[in-house]
Amino acid sequence: MTLAQILLFAEGDADGASGLTLELATKARTLADTVTAFAPAHGEAMAAELGAHGVSTVYALDGLGDGLVGVHAAAALAGHIEATSPDAVFFGQTTDGRDTAARLAVLADRPVSTNNVGAEIVDGALVTEEPIFGGTQNIFTAYRAPAPALAMFRPKSFEAEPSGGGAAAVESVAAVDAGEAGRATVTGRHAEERSGPQLDDAAVVVSGGRGLGQPEAYSMVDELAGLLGAASGASRAIVDAGWVPYAKQVGQTGKVVKPNVYIACGISGATQHLVGMKGSKNIVAINKDPEAPIFGVADLGIVGDVHKVMPALIEALKSR
Amino acid sequence: MKVVVCVKQIPDPAIPGELVPETGTLNRDDKLILDESDSYGVEMALQLAEAAGGGQVSLVSMAPRSETSGLRTALAMGADDAVLISDDALAGSDALGTAKVLGAAIAELEADLVLAGVESSDGYTGTVPEMIAGVMGLPSITFAKQIEISDGVASVQRQTEAGYDQVECALPAVVSVTAGVVEPRYPSFKGIMAAKKKPVEGKDLAALGIDAAAVGVAGARQETVEVTDAPEREAGEIITDEGDAHANIVEFLTELKVI
Repeated sequence: MTLAQILLFAEGDADGASGLTLELATKARTLADTVTAFAPAHGEAMAAELGAHGVSTVYALDGLGDGLVGVHAAAALAGHIEATSPDAVFFGQTTDGRDTAARLAVLADRPVSTNNVGAEIVDGALVTEEPIFGGTQNIFTAYRAPAPALAMFRPKSFEAEPSGGGAAAVESVAAVDAGEAGRATVTGRHAEERSGPQLDDAAVVVSGGRGLGQPEAYSMVDELAGLLGAASGASRAIVDAGWVPYAKQVGQTGKVVKPNVYIACGISGATQHLVGMKGSKNIVAINKDPEAPIFGVADLGIVGDVHKVMPALIEALKSR
Repeated sequence: MKVVVCVKQIPDPAIPGELVPETGTLNRDDKLILDESDSYGVEMALQLAEAAGGGQVSLVSMAPRSETSGLRTALAMGADDAVLISDDALAGSDALGTAKVLGAAIAELEADLVLAGVESSDGYTGTVPEMIAGVMGLPSITFAKQIEISDGVASVQRQTEAGYDQVECALPAVVSVTAGVVEPRYPSFKGIMAAKKKPVEGKDLAALGIDAAAVGVAGARQETVEVTDAPEREAGEIITDEGDAHANIVEFLTELKVI
């Protein structure tokens, strides 16, 4: 059983759609006869990729300017869903995805189903799957408010696969005045320098945590990552402490990674971290506390001091 | 300047959580504590009030059984007073129901700035602050990692996937702050004693003029259909380092053809 139409909140940049957006498009086309997309920005740039993943039409918001995405996208979306009557609207669990879904929930007076990793249609209703208690249990929830169901999904919940379709049609959607609520403006955009493999799609990830002891010790993580062609990541603890930028954070409030190999160095394995990496194919953990929860998910666990094991590992890899 | 901070009182994260079987919502029967995520909002409010040369920091919370333990912690940090909304009809409220209640309570306080944590540690939907702004018709800036207030305008660094955006907004506004943006102060003994005497105003739904059907489990309009145990990973090999455990990692990576 499928729905007639799912509308996808599409995010991306001038280079195309985000991985998460394509994951959602792939899932949506198994749940609905028609998948359309609403793009707050970069609608044209995403049309080819979205079409190739099963989206028929991209509705591109015209006139966002320097406004924040959430309030303006929601104002336009409220009218758009009235006019096009989708059965569900899918969002990625991103900063702008959360803002937009939240604003739309108020405007349309509908709940938002959040933090989902799965979806199915049961008796015409959207049933979503959300991991709870650190991913030890999954809760399945049926959406009982009037359509459209608003649902948000975590990254890497589905695999993006092309459907072989041509470019999606692009239709312009005029911005709607959000009133005083829309008065915040973006006056500058700052991108942190990125080099090497990206966390999102690296085959190997090396992450460091509080067990490194001090910020300088993170250089061991970078060095090991360099030797393995890996991306470097971090636990929330050392991001909060200001050792490394947020872009490196793996976990519930950071990135979700599912690499072939994940190497956790000095990370105890708080729930917050585990939910972001326990989907990795192979997990190696180095931690001095044998009781650390990280060993509960490790395929290879080393109970030892990162300051001894990591330098020895780095030397061994260099001498190969 | 008047700053209102939304604070959530949650079950102690150190104690394993459980669901209420009938509703599939989190059991909140035990003592509740201040959500650590909200300690950043409280600290930010105190610092902004100090920077403005003084001001009032008021807390707003929604909790069962007129629970004040977490509020007292935030009052001990230095907040001036609190409004606590408790009502049996609120049990099982979702993010939107919560935002309707908090928004109605905050509207009565005439705040210049409303602060909240980006997301709670127990529900982590990350939607309540933006919904509060929606309910109140206010602008909002989420995921703030730095806030400065000058001449009635908030200048905020808003965290993004790539880095951060600089955002400007005339007050009043709702701003949600990420964890780690400031170092929450520990309540002093004097603060803890003073907190016991600070005013906490209790309210119920009727006082806010909210229909009970719009909140709670009924208002959430979602039905838990099943709760399953997630498949556990098979236990791996655990080795205690005797000086050569790195060789085991090399061997493991070789088997996986990573090296």
